[in-house]
Amino acid sequence: MKNGVVIIGAGHAGVQAAASLRELGYDQPVILLSDEPELPYHKPPLSKMFIKDAEGKAQPLRGEAFYAGSAIDFRPGVRIERIDVCRRSLEVAGGGVTNFDNLILATGSRPRTLALPGADLSGVLSLRSLADARLIRDLSAQSEDVVILGGGFIGLEIAATLRAGGRTVSVLEAADRLLGRAVGPMVAAHVRRRLEATGARILLGTTVASFEGKNGHVSAIITSSGERLPARMVVVGIGALPNVELAQAAGLTVGNGIHVDHQMRSSAQEILAIGDVASYHHWFTGSRVRLESVQNATDQARLAARTIMGQGDAFSAVPWFWSDIDDMKLQMVGLTAGGDSHVLLGSLPDNKFSIYHFAGQRLLGIESVNRPSDHILGRKMLAARFSPTPRMVIEGSNTSLNTAIADHLKQGRAGAVL
Amino acid sequence: MTKLTFITHNGTHFQINAADGSTVMENAVRNAVPGIEAECGGSCTCATCHIYLDEAWVAELGEPGETEADMLDFAYDVQPNSRLSCQIKVRAELDGLVVRVPERQG
Repeated sequence: MKNGVVIIGAGHAGVQAAASLRELGYDQPVILLSDEPELPYHKPPLSKMFIKDAEGKAQPLRGEAFYAGSAIDFRPGVRIERIDVCRRSLEVAGGGVTNFDNLILATGSRPRTLALPGADLSGVLSLRSLADARLIRDLSAQSEDVVILGGGFIGLEIAATLRAGGRTVSVLEAADRLLGRAVGPMVAAHVRRRLEATGARILLGTTVASFEGKNGHVSAIITSSGERLPARMVVVGIGALPNVELAQAAGLTVGNGIHVDHQMRSSAQEILAIGDVASYHHWFTGSRVRLESVQNATDQARLAARTIMGQGDAFSAVPWFWSDIDDMKLQMVGLTAGGDSHVLLGSLPDNKFSIYHFAGQRLLGIESVNRPSDHILGRKMLAARFSPTPRMVIEGSNTSLNTAIADHLKQGRAGAVL
Repeated sequence: MTKLTFITHNGTHFQINAADGSTVMENAVRNAVPGIEAECGGSCTCATCHIYLDEAWVAELGEPGETEADMLDFAYDVQPNSRLSCQIKVRAELDGLVVRVPERQG
C-alpha cells in the first residue's frame, strides 16, 4: 500500500472524497485528477449568479491552499485513456502511467445532445462546465433573443436569470409540463405561472424541428408546431448522461451509471464510483437509482472515504435537492415519485408553500417553495427514519412534528417507521 | 479591503483581507479556513457555513434573515450569536469583524 488513492474527476464528489480521506487520517498519497484547467468550483451558481455578472468569478469548492495544506496532489488538465484493473494502473492521455491502490471514479455526467441538423451551429450551447458557462455569459451579453430547449432545473434557472437581465426568453419542453424528472405537477405548474408572469414564454408539448443559421451561427429555430423563433443563442438542457466509458472499457458492471454496492464499491473491489456517475440500490426506494445532486455527490464521497478506511457503513444519507428560479427557492427532500396522497401547507399566491407526498401512511418527501422550515423538518424526519401520518401534518404544526421526532428517537425506534 | 478574523475551534486565528461585496463564507473558503464547508456554495440551503459572531458584532449583524433563521435550525450547536456566513456581505463598516468557527457543521 503505497500508491494511495487516485480520484478521477474533481467535481463536488471528487473533491469531497479527497478531503474526507484526509479528515479520516488516511496517510497514503491522494491524487485528484481533473480534465479541466481550473481549480475545482461549485457548479450550481453557473446557471444563476455567474452568467448574470460579466465580472463574476467561479466559486472555488476549496481554496488553492487547501490542496497543498492537506497533501492532496491536485492535477488539472489530465485526461485518462484507460484503466487497467489487474495492474491497478491508469494510462494518462499524452503518455505516462499512474498506479493506485484504490481508484475512485467521480467522472460525473455530461449534457445530452440533440441529434438534429443544425445542432452543431455556433451559438447552440449546453451547460456543464465553467468553460460552458463563460460561453453562455459572453454570448447572452450580445443576444436579445434566447431559446432554451428543455424545461428542467438548468434550463429554467438560465431562463429566469436571462429574463431578469431583460432578454426575450422562450422555453420549449417536450412533455406536457415542466420539471418532469424533478418535482411534482403542482410545483411545476406554480413555477410555470411565475416564470410566465416575468414575461418568459413557455411552450409545453413542443420540441425543436430544425435550426436556421447565418454564417455558421444560429439565427432561429423552428418549433414542432411550425413557429419560427429568432434566437442568437440556444441553450440545450435536456438531461445528462453518466460518463461511464472508462469503467465500461475496463469491464466494470455498467448500466445507467456504474453499478456500485451500498459501500460505493464497483464490481471491482478496489474501484469505487460516486456522484452523478454511480448507480445504486437506494435505501429509501429499494430500487436502483442514479441521482444528480450536490448532496448525493458529497455524501457518497464521505462514504467512499470511510469504505477505503475500512469503516464503510451502508449508504443511508437523506436525499435532498434545491433550485433557485426567479424569486422561488425550491427545496426538495426525499424521493417523491409514486406518491398517492399529498398535503399542501401554505399558500401558492403568496409563493410560500410545501407539499408533503405520501404513499399510504408513509412520508416519501416534501417539496417546498420559500418554506425552508418545512424542508429542514423533512430532513430531520427522514434522517430519524420517522414518518408522520398525513393527519399529523394536517392537524399539527412544525412544533408538534418536532416533538414527535424527539419522542420517536427517545423510544429508540429509529428505522421502525420508514 | 476589509479585515476579517476567523478563529477556528482549536484557536487558530486567520486574518484575511476581504473584498467588499464578497461574502464572509467565500473568504473563509478561498483562504482554506478549516471547519467552513459551504456545501451549497452560498444558496442558503445547506447550513454548513455556520459561524458565531464575536459579541462586539452582535448588535450590527445579529439578525439573520427569514430563510437563514429557518436554515440555522439544522446547524449544530446554534447560539444567539449564530449566523450563516454566506449571508453576510463584506462592507467597509465590517472592518475588524471577528467570527468563530463551530466544532463541526451539521
